[in-house]
Amino acid sequence: MSVWRSLQDLVRRFLGSDVFYSFRRSPTVVIAFALTLLFMVAAALAPWIVPHNTYEVASLSLNDAFLPPAWVSGGKLTYLLGTDDQGRDVFSTIVLGARVSLIVGFASVFLALTLGVALGLVAGYVGGITDSIIMRVADVKLSFPAILIVLLIDGVARGLLPRDLHDKAAVYVIVLAIGLSTWIQYARTVRGLTLVEKNKEYVQAARVIGLHPILIMFRHVLPNVMGPVLVIGTLGLGVAVLTESTLSFLGVGVPPTEPSLGTLIRIGNNFLFSGEWWMAIFPGIFLVILILSVNLLGDWLRDALNPKLR
Amino acid sequence: MAEMNAPLVKVVGLSRYFDVSAPWLNRVLEGQPRLILRAVDGLDFEINRGETLALVGESGCGKSTVARLVVGLYRPTAGSIVFDGVDMAGLGGRAEMAPIRRRLQMIFQDPFASLNPRWRVSAIVSEPIRAFGLIEDEAAIVERVGQLLRQVGLSPVDGEKYPHEFSGGQRQRISIARALSSQPEFLVSDEPTSALDVSVQAQILNLMKDLQRQLGLTYLFISHNLAVVRHIADRVGVMYLGRLAEVGPAETLFTLPRHPYTRMLLDTIPDLEMTGRQRTPVAGEVPNPINPPTGCAFHPRCPFANDRCRRERPEPKPTETGSAVACHAVEEGRLPAGPLPAAA
Repeated sequence: MSVWRSLQDLVRRFLGSDVFYSFRRSPTVVIAFALTLLFMVAAALAPWIVPHNTYEVASLSLNDAFLPPAWVSGGKLTYLLGTDDQGRDVFSTIVLGARVSLIVGFASVFLALTLGVALGLVAGYVGGITDSIIMRVADVKLSFPAILIVLLIDGVARGLLPRDLHDKAAVYVIVLAIGLSTWIQYARTVRGLTLVEKNKEYVQAARVIGLHPILIMFRHVLPNVMGPVLVIGTLGLGVAVLTESTLSFLGVGVPPTEPSLGTLIRIGNNFLFSGEWWMAIFPGIFLVILILSVNLLGDWLRDALNPKLR
Repeated sequence: MAEMNAPLVKVVGLSRYFDVSAPWLNRVLEGQPRLILRAVDGLDFEINRGETLALVGESGCGKSTVARLVVGLYRPTAGSIVFDGVDMAGLGGRAEMAPIRRRLQMIFQDPFASLNPRWRVSAIVSEPIRAFGLIEDEAAIVERVGQLLRQVGLSPVDGEKYPHEFSGGQRQRISIARALSSQPEFLVSDEPTSALDVSVQAQILNLMKDLQRQLGLTYLFISHNLAVVRHIADRVGVMYLGRLAEVGPAETLFTLPRHPYTRMLLDTIPDLEMTGRQRTPVAGEVPNPINPPTGCAFHPRCPFANDRCRRERPEPKPTETGSAVACHAVEEGRLPAGPLPAAA
């Protein structure tokens, strides 16, 4: 009952808010949002909406390999954007690939955000030795490029797990690797904001009544530091998708049987100079549009939530 | 339970030092010494039931630290705070503290920072009720919050709003409602009116006086504003550099100040009779509490200081006017009650 009421209230407050106003006023942002939404819906419903299920190896026909897009001579209408070296429909692999990319992106952002926010809150609120330990670990981690960490984690997993198991676990390994290499910026941001918030008098009022520090952190401080975290999270989604694509392009990402956008570009790259351009170009275009949309949304969110820039 | 005429709060030898040294690495490499800031340095006072003790002093004299120590936001470095016969330093865990914490609450200085901007007023006001488990029934909590809001001059429907929808004075009323929600006996207010407009200050002070009368509250009132203190306090303590210079009944202290520092402070109050006349400005500044003067902390600014003042720290001694004064000059009779000797 009260959940419904507060939900209604939230929607009403959102529709009347400055953030929604600045959203409506910017066509770029509306388009970016629509495209992101389209990608997400398509990714979520991919297995049911793609014209060909390219995960079914039995349904593939090598006779249909290397077909150009439908509008080029020699192309078939059933394969709108052409087929790849194994006769897989490029459009279907892109939609299914975007699904893999987005799953990895969301999962790794979720992991990094949870880890980073929790550690940042504790570091900022508790302070002292705890703070020093957490932030020195973060500093050390920050001195390595993220992609190196990811390669390291993936390499170790590859060495430890048998090949078929690794193919199955590849997505989880990638999520773990990206998550573990990107939590630092959440932790640093949250720590900084927590240092400001914990000295405000509403936190002290909660301490006067003897509330447990964990309750104070999550009930009082957390809601007041989440704004910037959402912005980093949105921008982080683009970075995570791109990192996953980079890894898959380098051949250490998800297996080619269930390719992500990066894997598709890598496969297509092999044939780019033999004339079969569609296999690399179309996944590339989709990747660019996806990341551009997400980043535009993140940029807008950052500006919209920062009253000083208005 | 202690007997009813014993003081509700008794503070003995209360001290709080802060370590403001540079980080360990800098100390080792640059040979910097450890720096200890003595914010509160051996304070004794008592607050009787139903009375208001005000602590006044210039910025940095440690009065806010005292407030924080008394409500348990800081742990004392030394000394004890006895609340209704229970020494708070002796209480270990959260569970042991809870019954005491329910009985003392705090009102903060900045009404714009003291309410969580993401919480509804009803949630803010009911937080102590829920934290101490005073009322279990949800409908009864709503009822109680409405009653509290009415008590501080707001409307029960205001509970639905967020803090940003209120003015500074209204927010301070919400703060007071929150403080009252656990039915405390003792309220510590740290400059509750200094962030408000003058017209609103009087409203909040009168509200606090009314509530004190209705609910039999005991106040520790921290302020730098002598006019405000005169309006609300029964007894006044004048703090200087973490120590008490003079404590006494408000009327006595304002009409017959004994300590040279109290006299100096009172000379700064604007006063209609003084219009157009030459006034003595407050001379000098508060010394650095990291490196306080030897002996009496006030001696560098005091026109009556002699060698003993520079050597020996004065302890508060009762005087014939009913105040306790920490001053060698007063004790020795060099400085009689009444107007200052002109040629000092």
